[in-house]
Amino acid sequence: MLIDILITFILLCGAFFILVGSFGLLKLDTPMSRLHAPTKASTLGVGSLLLASIINSFANGDGSLHEVLVTAFLFVTAPITGNFIAKVHLHRGRGKEDLPAPPDEATWATYNPDNDPN
Amino acid sequence: MIDFALYVAFGAVGLSQLLAMVRLIRGPHIGDRILSLDTMVVNAIGVIILIGFAWGTQMYFESAMIIAMLGFVSSVALARFVLRGDIIE
Repeated sequence: MLIDILITFILLCGAFFILVGSFGLLKLDTPMSRLHAPTKASTLGVGSLLLASIINSFANGDGSLHEVLVTAFLFVTAPITGNFIAKVHLHRGRGKEDLPAPPDEATWATYNPDNDPN
Repeated sequence: MIDFALYVAFGAVGLSQLLAMVRLIRGPHIGDRILSLDTMVVNAIGVIILIGFAWGTQMYFESAMIIAMLGFVSSVALARFVLRGDIIE
């Protein structure tokens, strides 16, 4: 009974976070703030669903930890994807002149002349 | 009780797939389109996990893993292509 309540709670949390992620993707108004919602909230939501699945399989007696692989893979790759999409926004969406000036002699890493894509 | 939570979760994930699709169609900028495709892949993984949960089988986790890998590689490839005009240099 207690384990049922726990699984239900984690499932509803996961569903809520996935919904928040996609709703934020639709609702937020600038490209860079749109990047926040799916990369964080949706990843957390899918992680919650996987956690609920793990607990359910252990409660039914045939426990397995396959799902941890999917969780770990998602949690590792989501920031990399987010970084790439942020770079796309920086290079294609807005120019160098819109950015605040970096301190001292520094340059923005993504505009470093050594790896300038343009 | 778990059945109810499963129905709610299926509804929420399906609705979020629709919302991401609206952003995919509207998206003013190419980065938004790549981002919404990535979100749709994450939501698809969620649906597959929920189906495996509802039917009580372990068989769907391999497909979830494969879709996770394909989604990551395709998002990075799209972003690289937009950034540099080439995927592997």
